[in-house]
Formats: sequence, structure tokens, C-alpha cells
Amino acid sequence: MAAREIMSGLELDGVAVRYGGVTAVRDVALAVEAGSVLGLIGPNGAGKTSLINAVTGIVGIDAGSIRLGGKRIDGIAPHRIARAGIARTYQNIRLFGALDVRTNVSAGAFTQSKVFDERAVRALLARVDLNEVDLDAPAASISYGDQRRLEIARALASNPTVILLDEPAAGMNPVETARLTSIIRTIAASGIGMLLIEHDMTLVRAACDAVVVLNFGEVIARGTPASIAVDPLVIEAYLGADTVAI
Amino acid sequence: MISFFTSHSKLFDQLAINALLALSLSVCLQAGQLALAQAAFMGIAAYIGAILAVSAGLPLLPCIAIGALASTLAAMLLALPVRGLRGVFLAIATIGFGEILRIVANNLKLTGGGEGLSQIPSDANTFVIYGALIIVCIALYLLSRTKFALAIALTREDETAARGVGVDTAGVRFWTLALGGAIAGIAGVLYAHSNFFITPADFGFGRMEQILVACVIGGSTSAIGAVVGSIVLTLLPETIRFLADYREVTNGAILLGVVLFAPQGIAGLWRRAKS
Amino acid sequence: MLLQQLVNGLVVGSVYALFAVGYTLVFGVLDILNLAHAAIFMIAAFATYALVAAGVPLWLAFLGGCLLAGLVGIALDRVAFAPLRRRNAGTLIPLISSIGVSIIIGAIARGIWGIDERHFPNALGDAPPIHLGAITVTTVELVTFGAALALMLGLSYVLRATALGRNIRAVAEDRVAAVLLGVDLEKTIAMTFFIASALGGAAGILTGLHYNSVTVDMGAGIELKGLAVIILGGMGSITGAVVGGFILGAVETLSVAYISSNWRDAIAFGVMFLILVLRPRGLFGKRALRAA
Repeated sequence: MAAREIMSGLELDGVAVRYGGVTAVRDVALAVEAGSVLGLIGPNGAGKTSLINAVTGIVGIDAGSIRLGGKRIDGIAPHRIARAGIARTYQNIRLFGALDVRTNVSAGAFTQSKVFDERAVRALLARVDLNEVDLDAPAASISYGDQRRLEIARALASNPTVILLDEPAAGMNPVETARLTSIIRTIAASGIGMLLIEHDMTLVRAACDAVVVLNFGEVIARGTPASIAVDPLVIEAYLGADTVAI
Repeated sequence: MISFFTSHSKLFDQLAINALLALSLSVCLQAGQLALAQAAFMGIAAYIGAILAVSAGLPLLPCIAIGALASTLAAMLLALPVRGLRGVFLAIATIGFGEILRIVANNLKLTGGGEGLSQIPSDANTFVIYGALIIVCIALYLLSRTKFALAIALTREDETAARGVGVDTAGVRFWTLALGGAIAGIAGVLYAHSNFFITPADFGFGRMEQILVACVIGGSTSAIGAVVGSIVLTLLPETIRFLADYREVTNGAILLGVVLFAPQGIAGLWRRAKS
Repeated sequence: MLLQQLVNGLVVGSVYALFAVGYTLVFGVLDILNLAHAAIFMIAAFATYALVAAGVPLWLAFLGGCLLAGLVGIALDRVAFAPLRRRNAGTLIPLISSIGVSIIIGAIARGIWGIDERHFPNALGDAPPIHLGAITVTTVELVTFGAALALMLGLSYVLRATALGRNIRAVAEDRVAAVLLGVDLEKTIAMTFFIASALGGAAGILTGLHYNSVTVDMGAGIELKGLAVIILGGMGSITGAVVGGFILGAVETLSVAYISSNWRDAIAFGVMFLILVLRPRGLFGKRALRAA
């Protein structure tokens, strides 16, 4: 190919993130295409959250580039990155707790000019399988699992190009995790790209098209969920050198 | 009935001015900013309004306009260096700002030093004061129907998540501080023009505490709460006057009671009662 | 002349440091800015005054005042802060709570002693000043400095070498972990308030002795100065409060001597504001700003 194809999704190239003397992320490259789900795994402290904080502009990058739909978004203020088409959920759930469910969902569409009536809110909640929830309840009062999915609904509200999911299955039982898997696959099928940070390998295997493995801030493996599960470097990173497979 | 109002007109004027001050703080509190500089903004406008009236003979409305403009500019200037501060740190920085201004006013000849300024024309009558309060209330009501109001609430609830959905939280913080400065400025000029004389002590930490207490009693995240709280705080000493020496203890006890048992303030109690 | 000013500054600074230590201790352990600290400063001075007026020897009255301050501190926590702890109330509410209590304490003091200035029947003040070379100090100043220093050293010992001190530091570091490790949270917090308030009260008594004046609003000035000190030193850092107190005392005294006394307080607040803007964690604060 003579010219590089403009990727419609998220593209990281040679990204480095440093805090003072510590290098949290070093020379990371990955790509999330529209309609696909990329898993980002690695032991605690590998740099995963630093990486997506860099993508959403919460921290700056010290090297490399981050592109969305071909346009650079590194170095831009977080609220502008959100407007550009990136939405996210948070490791420690960041809902607008005292505000009601309805407002939380429509807040996701803050950057859009369209008005969210009750039907549109219900439609979004249906996409995350939250059909029965009370729209007037304060977001902090609904159950933990519901809160996690409400966060995803909020992310969907902005009609994003890419959604970053930061450990959405944390604290979920297998039934809830299976439901989450099908929600993620359905969202991907609608054309949205997703970057999924997770520790739950069942979810990663079922939901992801490809996986990137991070350790000590560097990519140590990439491939399909099946291939990285038996990759010796990955196994060693997680569990030590004597384990057979994850 | 009429005579009740006229004999107590000073009290009712005070009430409206306190309500304006509480509103000016409420705007910042609603954005999650514990910015305690409203007394200082009030003072800036009060002094400018007083100086313009006394030395240049300016009538009331231009005094209000210029005074409020000055306090708004001061708020914008303050917003810049404190933009990275949150919570208690922001509170302390803004308190410090207020103290510095108070000491400056205490020492400048222009502001009359510790003696302050006197012979300020009392051209702010009850109608003007309540007119201003009503205008500010209408303006805030209109604001509450805009997207900016949602941005304020989101910034307050969770600043990171708000940025994540596209809210310019830095802008929200800047403009709410500026708005607070403007409203406090209006209150300041009205105060000066209804009180005959002003001193730097009128705009110090004591005043700031009163404004804060009014907001908290009424309900710190609602404008209505701010007004209600200031009504309670202004009228309470009068209604329990018979308790004489115990007035202050009662004030403190009520404050404590509200904080412990009704943390959302009176407005919160009302909301809970309705649902 | 310069040396004399520095010595004066040290005396003033020692009281600032003592007061600030109590302030910062509560903040470091509980994340609360206790605005009733200045009211306790004041009531301890009155308590000591009352004891002295009743014939109690000064050193005993001093201890009595500190003890009362400590007990008021425990009561303050029980009434105004403990109920809010269970509720996870944020930054603003405990602050307001402390304002409520300080209003009540002030009203009680005014009710008992009125608004007049009280003086100690001053055996200390009558002693001739002591000359050490180029420097002159009064007995009161010496006692003030000595007592403040002794109390701060005592605190340092408690924090470093006793089980209570270990518990306090554990709760300050990570409350949840401390509880998991078996620390009695409520008791530790109560003791923290006792110590912090006793120190703040001691600062009040020493100030009352130093200037031979006890009034109901004597806490007003130091309340805000105390903020400047702990910001300069770093919120939550005891060392910072001590160093900050001495620095502020020295800077203030020098500026009064060489510039003008009118702007003395503005310097404290100017420094405080600059620190918040440029280096919010102050000199020794380890805790990073709780940014959003």
C-alpha cells in the first residue's frame, strides 16, 4: 500500500507515559477497530489504567501518538477528547451518584444536541439489559451490577466511536459476567469499537476478538485470546514460570 | 401591616442582602467549589460603590454596575491561580485572599483605613434592594433551565466523570466563581448604600462564616435553600430575642442540629417530606 | 538588633507552632479542618485565668487549663464529628459542624466572663528581664518558649515511642487498614482530639500569659494564622507545623521591625496563598492535593 489506510477507530503508536521518575507505560502500540473488541490484560501495576488515562487525556503522554479516526487526540483536554468520540467506564465506578438514573444516562449525551426523552433513555438502558430499573432512583442507590451497566449505558449515550471499559466485570458473579459478555458483543456488532481492560479471563476469552498483554508498561504479547493463554511470556508474567496455561 | 414593614424595613433590607450573599455562595457550592471569598467580593464592590457615590456623586445604579463589574473581575482573577485547588485547600486559599484584601483596606487611605468610609448616601431603598433580589432570582431561574446548569451539577457530582462526558469543568468552575462574584458585588453596593458607613471588618471572615452558615442551613446545593437559610438566619435572632443571652448558643446549637440531623438543610427536609 | 528580633520571633513562633500542631494533627488523622480549635485556645486561657484568680498556683492552673481543653476536644469530637464519620459526610459538613461548636463555646465563655479583658495577677510579669549578651528576654517569654518546646517534644515522643502514637500514625496513614489491624478507632480518635486540643489550649494559655490579656475573641486572629502555618508547613505534617510556626513567627517579627506593623498579617496570608498556588503540599506535606 502506498498511503497508510486511515483507521476509523483508536490507534496508539509508541506511547510512553512517565510520572516523575517512573515510566508507567513504554512504547505501546495497539489499535481498536470499529466494531471489534480488543482486550488489554496484564498483572496489577502493568500500566493498563495509566494507558487509558492517557487515551482519555487525564494524563499526558511523553512520547508517541494517539489517534481517533486518523486525527491526533493526545495532548487535548479530556472534555474535548470525550467530544471527539471516546467514552469510558471507570474501575471504581464514577456515576453521578446523587442524580437519578435518567439524568445519568442523558448526561452521557452532554456533547450532543439531541434531547433525550424517556423512550430514548429506555432504549439505551435496554442495550445494557437494564429494562426494569427505576429511572427516578438516585444512581448510587441501585445495585452494584446495575451501576456497572448504567455506566456503560451512559457511555453509549454519546454515540461514541470507541468505548474504553475499565474492569467492568469486577465484583460480578459468573451469571452477571455472561450477561456482560453478550452486552459487549452486541455493542460491538453495532459498529462501536471497544478496549476492554479486564482480569477476568472468562470474559476476555468470550468477548474479545484480540488481546494485548501489558507487563511493566510494555506490550509482551498480542494475539487471539486462545493464543495468548498459552504464551509462555504471559503465563510467566501472571503466575510465575512453572505454570502450564492460564 | 404596613407599619410592621416600615418599622422593620431595615431588617427586611438586611434579609434581602443576606439572601443575595447566600445565593452568590450557593452558585459556587452547586459546582462543588468551596470558594469562600464572597465576603471579599462584597467588600470590593461596596467600597467602589461607596467611593464613587461619595467622591463622584454617582447615583445608585451606575454604582451597582461598576461595583459588580469590579467584583466579577476580581473573581475571574482569583479563579486563575486557584484553578487546581479543591476542597479544603480551595477554601483556605479563598479565605486567605479575603484576609489580604481586608488588611489592604485597613491600610489604604483611599478606603479610609480602619475607620472605613462614612456618609455614604442611603439611596438603596427597600424597593431597589428587593428589585435586585428578584432580578437575580429570575436570572438564576433561567440559568437553571440551561445546559450550563446540568454542567454545574455534573461537575459537582464527579469532576472526572463530568470531563469524561464532555463537560468543560474548568470553565464551569471559572464561570460559577465569576457569577458568585457578580452577585456578591450587587449585594455589596446595596449594603454600602443602605448602611451609611462601611469598615473592612464588615467584609471579613466573620461575614463569610455567616454566609456559609446560611447556605448550609438552607441546603448547600440549592438556590432556594440559600434564600431560605438566609431568611432563617436573619430572622431567627429577632424571633428568639426573648432568649436574650442564650441567643448565640441557640444559633450554634441550631447550626449543629441542622448539620447532624438534616445535612441537606431545610431544602433537603422539604424534599424528603414531599417524596 | 536583628538577633533580638529573631529571639522575639522565636517566642511568638513557638506559640504559633504549638497551636498549629493541634490543627494539623486533627487534619492529618481525620481530614477535618477543625475551626473550633481557636475556641478551645480561648477557653483554656479563661479556665487557667479562673483557676489563678481562685488562688491555684500558676503551674497547676496551666495543667488544669490544658486538661480542660483536652476534655473539651473529646466532647467536640463526640458531638460534632463522630456522628458524621458514620455518614461519610465529606469536607464541608464537618467544617460547618466545628463552626457550630465554636459558636457555642464562644457563647458560653461570653456568658460566664463577659466581654471584658481579663488580666493575670502577674507574678511572672513582675520579674526583671533577663539579659543574655545582646539579647533581652522576659521571664514570661522564656516560660512561653520553654513550655511550648517541652510540649512539642512531648508530642514527638508520644507519636514516636508509644503504642498510642503508633495507633495515631496508623489511623492517619490508612484508617481502614488500621482498623483491620486491630486499632481501636474511636479511642484513638478521641485521644488524638485530647492531645490536639490540650496543645491548642496550652497555646492559648501561653498567649494569655505572654500578653497578659484574656478576651473572648482572642482566638479570632490565630485561627486564620494557624491556617497559614499549616499550609506553609504542609497539612498533616507535625514537623511542618513546628517549622512553619517558627518561620511565620520570625518573618512576622522581622517585618514588623523593618517594614511596618500594619501589614504584618497580610504577609502571613500572602505567603499562604502563594504556597497554595505554587506548592500546595507546603514544605513537608506528603499528601498530594486531593485533585478531582
